[in-house]
Amino acid sequence: MSSTLSAGGPARPIVVVAELARAFGARRAVAGVTFSLGAGECLALFGPNGAGKTTLLRVLAGLLRPTSGSARVCGIELPGGGLARSRVGLISHHTMLYEALSSRENVSFSARLYGIRDSRARVEDSLRRMSMLERADAPVRSLSRGMQQRVSIARAMVHSPQLVLADEPYSGLDESGARALTSLLQELRSAGTAIIIVTHNLAEGLSLATHAAVMQRGKFVRYDAADRVNVASYPATYRDAVAASG
Amino acid sequence: MADILFAAWLIARKDLAIEFRTRSAFLSAVVFSLLGLVIFYYAWDPTAVSAPDLAPGVLWVIFTFSGLLGLHRSFGVEAEDHAIDGLLASPVSREAIFLGKALANLIFVGAVQAITIPALVVFYNLPLGGVAAPLIAIAILAAIGLVAVGTLFSAMAVNTRLAELLLPMLALPFFVPIVTAAGQATAKLLSGRPVIEASAWLKLLLAFDLVFVAACTLAYPFTVED
Repeated sequence: MSSTLSAGGPARPIVVVAELARAFGARRAVAGVTFSLGAGECLALFGPNGAGKTTLLRVLAGLLRPTSGSARVCGIELPGGGLARSRVGLISHHTMLYEALSSRENVSFSARLYGIRDSRARVEDSLRRMSMLERADAPVRSLSRGMQQRVSIARAMVHSPQLVLADEPYSGLDESGARALTSLLQELRSAGTAIIIVTHNLAEGLSLATHAAVMQRGKFVRYDAADRVNVASYPATYRDAVAASG
Repeated sequence: MADILFAAWLIARKDLAIEFRTRSAFLSAVVFSLLGLVIFYYAWDPTAVSAPDLAPGVLWVIFTFSGLLGLHRSFGVEAEDHAIDGLLASPVSREAIFLGKALANLIFVGAVQAITIPALVVFYNLPLGGVAAPLIAIAILAAIGLVAVGTLFSAMAVNTRLAELLLPMLALPFFVPIVTAAGQATAKLLSGRPVIEASAWLKLLLAFDLVFVAACTLAYPFTVED
């Protein structure tokens, strides 16, 4: 199966990845991935542990340099410095929060880092969307894991990114939190934000996706663009990939 | 440049707010410093070594090791739930992150010095007289060098399993020239020599600071790339 199917030229490409590879020593975590994603599109990325999904997201977030190939975010070749990173919002199963600070302080700190000078309204709005405004002044360490994840999502959204990279974003969220996140991601998509979501939950991923891929040993073993995502066949492909990875 | 300095200030302010809330590293460093002074005091034979001869060594040994407590904490807070990824994924430059961390560490070390130096003067009954201002200058210049080197190695050591051991092993050899210059300058001042005699050591400290701050700021991005 090809690892490099094309999505077919979206109108306004947000992410364009060509033969992207990233190696750690001799091990190739990402081994030649090609895809593109336009404004308002969502790629759901599945695969077993160690398939290279997180590494791919970290390259697109500007945290890792590609070993070979190319990746462009909003027309900026990676690693594109601060300008490229300013267009991206990163959500991870790690909250990336400071436990001693309050939710508001964490989100506000992030907003200031992204150059939002008068950040108060943006911070409040971001926390409200994740239903965390009432606990905004509580130290993060006093919050449950699910609440911390909500704050982490608010932190990633505060600068209105054009590309959202979500690495297992449902991790730790209760039903209400998961619904809020899905609703937020759908809202972002409608507003033209491109999203790449890594999840082990096929139903959640495919409910949001316009594109879907299964990754195994650093490659896309299956990639379906907008008009070809066959929801019914994904569980079998995913199971095969997990089984093949041992 | 203004953007880098503003981002550095934001990061330093955040680190100081965390330290103010937890006070874990600061209290540890102050208690360590005061205990060090007490131990040296009781181990000291005043008939063999005069206070002005002993004090510079005591002071700079204590600063070196108490500073390591804060330096270790500096990137330790970023390791909690991968907060460093949030910083690195933001548009601020790597240099701004380094300078912000170093600035917070400098204020941390300065605050420890502000408590320890008066305690040293009282314990050892030192004739501070007119040398207070040059002594403060030495303390600030030495702190800048120690913090620059220590912040860089803290960033390198934080993700290793033996971070608490690795940081002193990496940093201490680079602390030697700074501590030597600071100790020599302090000894000149406390023994009542004219300030001009310490100026050569002060210039050397300044040179170390310029080299270490520039080199460490430029080197830091390479420690976080992969």
